[in-house]
Amino acid sequence: MVQRVRLRYTKRGRLRFTSHRDFQRAFERALRRAAVPMAYSAGFSPHPKVSYANAAPTGTASEAEYLEIGLARHCDPHRLRELLDLSMPTGLDIVDAVEADTSGFADRLLASCWELRLDGVGTEEAEEAVRRFLAADSVEVQRQTKKGVRTFDARAAVASLECVDAGHELGSDGPAQQPCAILRLVVRHLTPAVRPDDVLSGLRATADLAPPVPVSVTRLAQGPLDEETGTVTDPLAPDRDATLVATVPGSTA
Amino acid sequence: MPIESVFPRLEALLPHVQKPIQYVGGELNSTVKDWDECQVRWSLMYPDAYEVGLPNQGVMILYEVLNEREGVLAERTYSVWPDLEKLMREHEVPQFTVDAHRPVGAFDFFGLSFSTELGYTNMLTALDLAGIPLESADRGIDHPVVVAGGHAAFNPEPIADFIDCAVIGDGEQAVLEMTEIARVWKAEGRPGGRDELLLRLAKTGGVYVPRFYDVEYLADGRIARVVPNRSGVPWRVSKHTVMDLDEWPYPKQPLVPLAETVHERMSVEIFRGCTRGCRFCQAGMITRPVRERSITGIGEMVDKGLESTGFEEVGLLSLSSADHSEIADVAKGLADRYTEDKIGLSLPSTRVDAFNIDLANELTRNGRRSGLTFAPEGGSERIRKVINKMVSEEDLIRTVATAYGNGWRQVKLYFMCGLPTETDEDVLQIADMATRVIAKGREVSGANDIRCTVSIGGFVPKPHTPFQWAPQLSSAETDARLEKLRDRIRGDKKYGRSIGFRYHDGKPGIVEGLLSRGDRRIGDVIRAVYEAGGRFDGWREYFSYDLWMESAAKTLPAHGVDVDWYTTRERSYEEALPWDHLDSGLDKDWLWEDWQDALDETEVEDCRWTPCFDCGVCPQMDTEIQIGPTGRKLLPLTVTTPSADGNAPA
Repeated sequence: MVQRVRLRYTKRGRLRFTSHRDFQRAFERALRRAAVPMAYSAGFSPHPKVSYANAAPTGTASEAEYLEIGLARHCDPHRLRELLDLSMPTGLDIVDAVEADTSGFADRLLASCWELRLDGVGTEEAEEAVRRFLAADSVEVQRQTKKGVRTFDARAAVASLECVDAGHELGSDGPAQQPCAILRLVVRHLTPAVRPDDVLSGLRATADLAPPVPVSVTRLAQGPLDEETGTVTDPLAPDRDATLVATVPGSTA
Repeated sequence: MPIESVFPRLEALLPHVQKPIQYVGGELNSTVKDWDECQVRWSLMYPDAYEVGLPNQGVMILYEVLNEREGVLAERTYSVWPDLEKLMREHEVPQFTVDAHRPVGAFDFFGLSFSTELGYTNMLTALDLAGIPLESADRGIDHPVVVAGGHAAFNPEPIADFIDCAVIGDGEQAVLEMTEIARVWKAEGRPGGRDELLLRLAKTGGVYVPRFYDVEYLADGRIARVVPNRSGVPWRVSKHTVMDLDEWPYPKQPLVPLAETVHERMSVEIFRGCTRGCRFCQAGMITRPVRERSITGIGEMVDKGLESTGFEEVGLLSLSSADHSEIADVAKGLADRYTEDKIGLSLPSTRVDAFNIDLANELTRNGRRSGLTFAPEGGSERIRKVINKMVSEEDLIRTVATAYGNGWRQVKLYFMCGLPTETDEDVLQIADMATRVIAKGREVSGANDIRCTVSIGGFVPKPHTPFQWAPQLSSAETDARLEKLRDRIRGDKKYGRSIGFRYHDGKPGIVEGLLSRGDRRIGDVIRAVYEAGGRFDGWREYFSYDLWMESAAKTLPAHGVDVDWYTTRERSYEEALPWDHLDSGLDKDWLWEDWQDALDETEVEDCRWTPCFDCGVCPQMDTEIQIGPTGRKLLPLTVTTPSADGNAPA
């Protein structure tokens, strides 16, 4: 392996129903179609070197999923991004690529920013629910796991939760008069992981908020959490900075 | 008139169902054409779950053949699982295609491919969800024409009430011919309604329209005769045969799903048909003659297919892949070409006597060396003569010895139970064969971790085979025989622990037998099962033997017949069989002679290498065997695909 490249990709529209396993298979096939010179693991049954970080649950959309690939020959990250994006189905789009010049990438994914569209829920009702949720010290929720029902706190991991103005939303193709509250949620990646649907369970528990149709959930960003501004920042920034310094003399790209 | 997508309504249901990705479409290489620019529109269904249906070669081929034509569109639909079915009924979402999520009821044709009879109840579910009346007689001019194809369509009588027509044999040319007839009829303003369209299809001689035939019965329940009730409709409907496979290199761009499916590989059909003459094998009988794809044709399809899919395994499909006249060159050529890319090769059906170690080594060169699978089918030399599976135990032992000597550790053997004339002793000899395999393996490998798995299921007699007259073994007798075999294997102190034993109980086989050799009176049973909630009969967790038996007990007595009458009863030479008016090309008298030869334990050679034995297909269908060798070789390719580093791979 001579180079590692980190990629940001999306799960948009109907392809948000892609499970992580489905994505992995699709991505590895796209690598073959695009003839990416992959590095392979050693051993009896060699696999291309791909590591995935913190995938969004099946059914939730995302603008900010990350993975890293190991290459056997040097490639220009931008050209690589273009080729892979062409090779992937529309909706699973490869939107960013940088050469990995730093370690500890997974440790930088400390928080996520989510958008939750609650069709059929009025803004006032949503605001009241958010107020009650945030006012609580802890909000016990339950989730069905493979090992049975698990109870945990959904409040502590929430860094911020607010109602945003629906008017700003793009892609809301429904009739304008239909009530639709939009929540912006920043949640820290703790153990046990708190997902958007856990926060929705929390809203139901604290304020009886029960959206009439499935809530559509999109991850807008994941990365380091800026505690001062409360925003989730770009986890690839350190690689970009390192690349800028490194590529000045005699780069291969 | 534009047809609205049902996706927005479906989307709201998807968060509540298992594996929603299977319903959203968007597969790589799938096609969505403009509705209004097409005059003839097909929805194609494989009546099983998406994970099974998507890789089906038949559907993929027709999908591409139709979509390549201007003014024609084809979309795919699969069976929805009961969780989604329930929600679709609650929210009035109709059966939809996964391509553009258009309602199936809006298409001109609704084509279903039946690899097995166990998809019949799923057809009824789909029809009902689509808002199409279950019975052909109740449909109007705006309903799609429901077409059955696939191997099970060689006896479409059990579903005669539900389909509008059936096509037997290869579909490539047939669907185009039907499309043309529909196009003209629509352009003329649909004269004579639905009946006229069906009549025009029937008059081609290659489309069976059940409503144009009357079935008359004898007092004892047997069929007296089947007679056309319209002029211009043929007495017998012919099967379709594509003669030059190189002219039909489909699928050119196989579909690559996002969801996980049962076969994840680039499949290339290397030949069609088989003349080995195994008497139990319906596929081998109804797909004659043998037509090979040339070595260069195979090479081109593999090359283009891998490029457009990114699959990492190539499957060389056919009924007996090692029988291709140039299989060694094909395997070596492909293994050479794709060494760098770590592409594995698989040969799904390999005969013991066609196996050789050089071929096996080529197949595993770029990939894993998993188990080897062979199908001796019968445990004793005698029963193998009855079924015409000419594989001697010596052949098998020699083959496995080579395999174990070359590093393989696991051999899987497939058998059938309940073959005609079979006794307990024939089946118990399977245990002896397995112990010889283990003993030989330990001897040549010097290791003790040798394994052999015996997999065995009940035999179901099928139409258009020499065993179409044979009595099927009852499920109780099948189970008893299998238990004896299991006890014999488990009781073996020295070898028993090295032998795996997998078997299927006899009950599903009885239902399959009822449907396989059934006639129009079986339609009531299928409908009753469907109405009582029967679905996904090919799935152990859904199949209910009791439901089938209860439904049969309710509906069949009115006709003076029962399940045993259809399954365990031996037929006589004179009896008119329900599928006699569907012409597979096989001469009924030849089939009968072959049945008599089976009872006499007389074998028949393969006509690829010995003179013709007059099965009837070639003269009847105006076809002939097409095999190599061509003498050509697969050349190394210069790959020019753009790669990420800007250079062609070395």
